[in-house]
Amino acid sequence: MGSRNEVWLGTLALMVLRTLATIGPQHGYGLARRIEQISGDRLSVNYGTLYPALLKLEQDGSIRSEWGVSDTNRKAKFYKLTAAGRKHLERETRDWHETTAILARFLSPAEEA
Amino acid sequence: MRTLRGWGKRLRAWIADGSRDRDLGSELESLVQMHMDEYLGAGMNREEARRLALIAVGGVEQVRQAVRSGRGFPWLEGLARDLKYAICTLLRSPGFSLVAIGIMAIGIGASVALFTVVRSVLLRPLPFSHPDDLVALYSRGDLSKTDSENGYVASGDFYDWQKSQHGYEQMAIWRWSGFNMSGAGGELPEFLNAGTCSWNLFATLGAGPALGRLFTRDDDHAGAGRTVILSWSFFERRFNGDPAILGKTIRLNGLNYTIIGVLPARFQFPHPLIQLWVPWQIGEGRNAVSSHYIHIAHVVARLKASASPAAALEEISAVQYVLYTRLRGSGEMEQGVIGTPLLEDLVGDAKKPLCVLLAAVACLLLIACLNLSNLLVARSAARRREMAIRSALGGGRFSLIRQQLTESVLICLSGGALGLLLAVGATEWLIKHWTELPRGYDVHPDGLAIGFALAITLLAGVLAAAPPAISSTSAAILGALQEGSRGIGGSLGRASLRKWLLTAEVALTVVLLIAAGLLFKSFLRLRTVDLGCTTKNVLSLNYFLRGDQYSKPEQIVSFDTQLLERVRHLPGVQAAGLTNVVPGGGYYGNYEISIHEHPAQATGEHHFVAYRTADPGYFSAIGIPILRGRFFSDDERLENDKFVIVNQELVQEYFPSEDPIGKHLRAQWRTTQGENYEIIGVVANTKYELGKPVAPMMWFPILGGIPGNSGDSVLVVRSQNDVTPLAMPIQRLITSLDTNLPVKNVLTMEQIVGQSTANSSFSATLVLSFAGFSLVLAAIGLYGVLAYLVTQRTVEIGIRMALGARREWVLRLVLIDGLRPALLGLGIGIVLSLGVTRLIGSLLYGTSPLDASVFLSVIATLLISATGACLLPAWRAARIDPMCALRAE
Repeated sequence: MGSRNEVWLGTLALMVLRTLATIGPQHGYGLARRIEQISGDRLSVNYGTLYPALLKLEQDGSIRSEWGVSDTNRKAKFYKLTAAGRKHLERETRDWHETTAILARFLSPAEEA
Repeated sequence: MRTLRGWGKRLRAWIADGSRDRDLGSELESLVQMHMDEYLGAGMNREEARRLALIAVGGVEQVRQAVRSGRGFPWLEGLARDLKYAICTLLRSPGFSLVAIGIMAIGIGASVALFTVVRSVLLRPLPFSHPDDLVALYSRGDLSKTDSENGYVASGDFYDWQKSQHGYEQMAIWRWSGFNMSGAGGELPEFLNAGTCSWNLFATLGAGPALGRLFTRDDDHAGAGRTVILSWSFFERRFNGDPAILGKTIRLNGLNYTIIGVLPARFQFPHPLIQLWVPWQIGEGRNAVSSHYIHIAHVVARLKASASPAAALEEISAVQYVLYTRLRGSGEMEQGVIGTPLLEDLVGDAKKPLCVLLAAVACLLLIACLNLSNLLVARSAARRREMAIRSALGGGRFSLIRQQLTESVLICLSGGALGLLLAVGATEWLIKHWTELPRGYDVHPDGLAIGFALAITLLAGVLAAAPPAISSTSAAILGALQEGSRGIGGSLGRASLRKWLLTAEVALTVVLLIAAGLLFKSFLRLRTVDLGCTTKNVLSLNYFLRGDQYSKPEQIVSFDTQLLERVRHLPGVQAAGLTNVVPGGGYYGNYEISIHEHPAQATGEHHFVAYRTADPGYFSAIGIPILRGRFFSDDERLENDKFVIVNQELVQEYFPSEDPIGKHLRAQWRTTQGENYEIIGVVANTKYELGKPVAPMMWFPILGGIPGNSGDSVLVVRSQNDVTPLAMPIQRLITSLDTNLPVKNVLTMEQIVGQSTANSSFSATLVLSFAGFSLVLAAIGLYGVLAYLVTQRTVEIGIRMALGARREWVLRLVLIDGLRPALLGLGIGIVLSLGVTRLIGSLLYGTSPLDASVFLSVIATLLISATGACLLPAWRAARIDPMCALRAE
């Protein structure tokens, strides 16, 4: 159970970083909504997973948080990508592409042959 | 790097937990608000919107928990929780906690103190460079005997060793000596313990001077200028640590010595009592320096880095054997050489008692652990329900065990902290009272001792908690919930664990008690040994007549007779006499003798007899009875001194079937050629040392006045009543005769006896107190188990009584229940003791390791204590009112 969770956490972190890179500072609610939206509502984000992931990213120094005011005029905590986070994102993206490419070769041997 | 930073943040997060929590709280609240906004926008009412928002968020508390466990250190928090819980539990039953902490404090404190002493004395290397290369060399009298004792080395032999080819880098010779230091500038004269040593002793040990220089080859020959090196403590004490003293002279035995150097404070070889060092060939007589027959010295050697210890020793031994074959006809020669590591040589005698004490203390600590374990089992039984419920609610077995361990470790840590304080005090006390402990000056608790304390504390904590923790969380735990509230059967397993712990505890206690009993009996034996003379109201004091002022026999005799005359006239003095050593004052020395009237001895056969000196009044003053013949007369002095008095033992050994009176002993008393001394009297045996067998002895007239031989004097004064008030007037008399003559060892005979039993009384008292403490612990343990059992069985007993069981029967039932583990432990303990006591056999005097009276009294003591401890719960059980017992549920 632990290892599956980690994979999920890892990809969620990547999604968060990517989302923040695209749309700029965002709060937890917005992030969840955005990720669901981009996945075509195929993913549903569990806050019990999202917030620990945000905490971990913050502890790693990839993101920073500060209080701000949302579009709907609510006080909310906004997460923002840091320079380190941007590098982290680039590296993770590269790794991800590589991993998926390798996996793709494994999973479609028929086409290859 | 990122992980490291993450840890830093975690740590900060953990520290700032409270504010972080509040921050998270408002963040989650805003999240819920945003979801609500969504539902409100869809036209729902507030209540419904909030409900749906909470569902969407997935429970604020759950999210909060998820975040928390990612933050900080969950295991640390778990530990903190355990700790908090353990503290609460301990505070809830302060009586239990205090007893437990007290027991552990004593156990740990005693162990740490003993460990500190053992480490400092036996284990810590000597404070010299490469101390492992240092050996003490001794002569070995008879090569055919493998267990022959270490003998002193003759200086002549030493110089031949030095000249030969051998695997030692350097070797040095030394011996204890002493000097009278004249008073100067209004200071009192003083007798100084000193050492004489070959010039290279310090280089051999690898020590340098703190001030000035050390001896060189040029200082160490008969014609050299007299030089002296001071110990740091003497330098500080007598000269106020003033470096200007270098190059000045002091008067020792009436001669001027130039101070050339001061040793560093840490140089305490071989004993801190040594105040100064004088070169070997200056301090010792010309005769002693070259002789192969005068065995008086210690030799220290440093092994070459490349040499093997055995081969080096072999080389020296070969040299010695050649000397032996060449010289054995003309005097006593040693056949070989023994090497002992220097550390062992310095601490050898203390090793055994120290190990015994350490073992005793380890037993004590183990008993303390067992006792704590026992108390914890009782508590874990009481908390069985709690454990079961927590386990049912999902508490993992590991976390349950961990929690119990925390509690026990907490007890041990508190006990350990207290014990450490105790240990500091105890160590100080040990050093102060253990007068003959070698390297005592080196003993102080240090980091390692604290580390040791911590280690045994944790070990004790785990050890004590393991049996109860594992048993109380075993798989059958849920049975506790199913068990009726009466809990009759369920706790029997727990009780049997406690009984086993008790059995072990009693067994160890028995071993300790027996060892203590033997040591104590041996001490009592020693204490009541008859020295062979009066010890009541007898005072003795030493003075040494040395130097120019006492270089002629007339001078010595004149001083002695004047002193005796005046002392005998002091009011309160009943009798006074002179000797060189009193009974119980040590072996002193011996001379080779032959009997003029007997045929000559075979070559290489030598007889040695311990010698003493006496004036005509000595024997009656100290109360040694004469058996035959007479004492010395007043005119047997100076040249007219060819008379000797012997003891009964000498007669038995050398004149078994003859009248010794009128026979002649030949000895080198006055000259190195030897003279004949007529035996004029036989006195009763006296002991030279408590606990040692009687040796043949002979007394020469002290009034012969031979410088060197007659110069060592002990004045013995007997009084009608308390003799101590006479000490001052006698010392004043001596000062009035010679203002520069120091007096040493002003002691009553009772004090001398006390000193020689001090060590044995010390270890006996310590082990006895350990044993007593263990007995109390075992009794408490026994009482606790039984009291608990009775409470557990109240209902059962009630039913039995309701069905007609008599009170005596109940009393017997409980008593037997309690006494069974005690008896089993007693049996095991006695079997163990049979083996263990043999190990302390060499420490015992006049007591067999299997001494029946000790074993019997230990058995009686244990039975009485055990019965006493069992009686109260048994009596309580017998008084149970069946009606109350049955209603109680």
